[in-house]
Amino acid sequence: MAFRECDVLIIGAGPAGLAAALYASRAKLSTVVLEKGSPGGQVRTTWSMENYPGFARGMTGPELMDRFADHAKEFGAEIVRGDVETVDFAGDRKIVRTRGGEEYRARAVIVAPGAEPRTLGLPGERELRGKGVSYCATCDADFFEDLDIVVIGNGDAAVEEAMYLTKFVNSATMIVVHDQGILDATAIIRDRAFRNAKMKWVWNSVVEEIQGDGIVESVVIRNIKTNERTELETNGVFVFVGTVPKTDFLRDHVELDKRGYVVANELMETSVDGVYCAGDARVKYLRQVITAAADGAIAAVAAEKYIHEEEGFREMVLDPKEPVMVAFWSPTSQASLDFLPAVERVAAAHEGKLNLVKIDIYKNQRVAGRYGVAEAPTMAFFRGGQLVEKVCWPTNESELAAVADKVIGG
Amino acid sequence: MLEVNKENFEAEVLAAAGPVLVDFWSTKCEPCMALVPEVEALAAKYGDQVKFCKLNVLENRRLSIGQKVLGLPTIAMYKGGEKVAELTKDDATAANIEAMIKEHGR
Repeated sequence: MAFRECDVLIIGAGPAGLAAALYASRAKLSTVVLEKGSPGGQVRTTWSMENYPGFARGMTGPELMDRFADHAKEFGAEIVRGDVETVDFAGDRKIVRTRGGEEYRARAVIVAPGAEPRTLGLPGERELRGKGVSYCATCDADFFEDLDIVVIGNGDAAVEEAMYLTKFVNSATMIVVHDQGILDATAIIRDRAFRNAKMKWVWNSVVEEIQGDGIVESVVIRNIKTNERTELETNGVFVFVGTVPKTDFLRDHVELDKRGYVVANELMETSVDGVYCAGDARVKYLRQVITAAADGAIAAVAAEKYIHEEEGFREMVLDPKEPVMVAFWSPTSQASLDFLPAVERVAAAHEGKLNLVKIDIYKNQRVAGRYGVAEAPTMAFFRGGQLVEKVCWPTNESELAAVADKVIGG
Repeated sequence: MLEVNKENFEAEVLAAAGPVLVDFWSTKCEPCMALVPEVEALAAKYGDQVKFCKLNVLENRRLSIGQKVLGLPTIAMYKGGEKVAELTKDDATAANIEAMIKEHGR
């Protein structure tokens, strides 16, 4: 089957994926971004965007994402429409296949699939989706012009989306589980919402059921203090209760936490070498456009280093037919610096039969770690891609020469 | 794809002889815009079996609500003046739409 090769394959063109694409393509890596919809991810459906630094007013989510996408394309990143079906991260070349039947083989993969709105699983919620139950204010606001809606959720996103909806609707009734006056939303958003005349508040309450014959007609609200149930007539129910990561396709391929988020470290490295994660799908503290973009930049730089380190090591150490003597040194280890002249002399004495490669363990921690090299100097001998001898400090020139003879002779 | 609206919906969709697909969309609905090329591709593939229409809900809000469409994207199939199938929100994917066409086309 035909496949396409690239240096970095990025899954998802939200802010994380697009920032990664910008950094990777600017580093002259051939970069492909797979996106199943339009670039921009969840930001695409967020109208008000007032906390991305440098864009105080007048910036919308879709516009900011168009700029992200254009910026990445300017450096040569290619954004391709495709919905990932399966991945295979086992080999040197990471394989990604789409539902459309395309196959990509990449030296590094950055997964940035993002998240999608969480559903509540209320009776009537699924049946009445698109019939008055909505998770997307910008998509559906127009249907509810001059009508009355209920909003479930009280975090920043819920309150901001509700305020956007008040430009259209007659009233937006917020159902809040907390005591009167308490919201999960931050103070600036809360205060603005309390001044909004179209917003109504029902405190200490949860929605238990959404009712309607074909379209939403009412919700059943339960007061959690009194357990009293009341029915509230409404034309629509907007649900903004957080998100869930879109990581099903990664299950069994990279480590996920219990809730399905990808576990990655500070370098955005997942549990698999050469596979990075950026954005909302990652276990992290704050999920915002700016933190997604930051993840993307880090993942791209880490992926670039990975590609160069792995490629260099393979070309110089693993691929040659003749034996290779590797001197693991470090600029911070005086002993390793002092030993290098002796290493050079041994290499010169075996010229033509043994290649010398010097590797800075600080810059190549991944390779050093793989061969259990914790200290410099450490001398290692490779033949046919395999580690055959390792000599740890302390050692001396004659000892090293003896090992070199043995490796060449064997 | 044929643009339908409150004036011609009755004639073009409800009174049509064969199966009709209606793509309810709006310019503000980003998921709808993302779906456009997919639906266009299906229209090219199945246009001889199914009549493909699109309806801008911004200009036809009352008609849309009358069809019990209050969320986007929504792709519906009509036959003999009745809505026989419908896909909305996340379910409105190219694969699901194609399956719906195969089931209800002709």
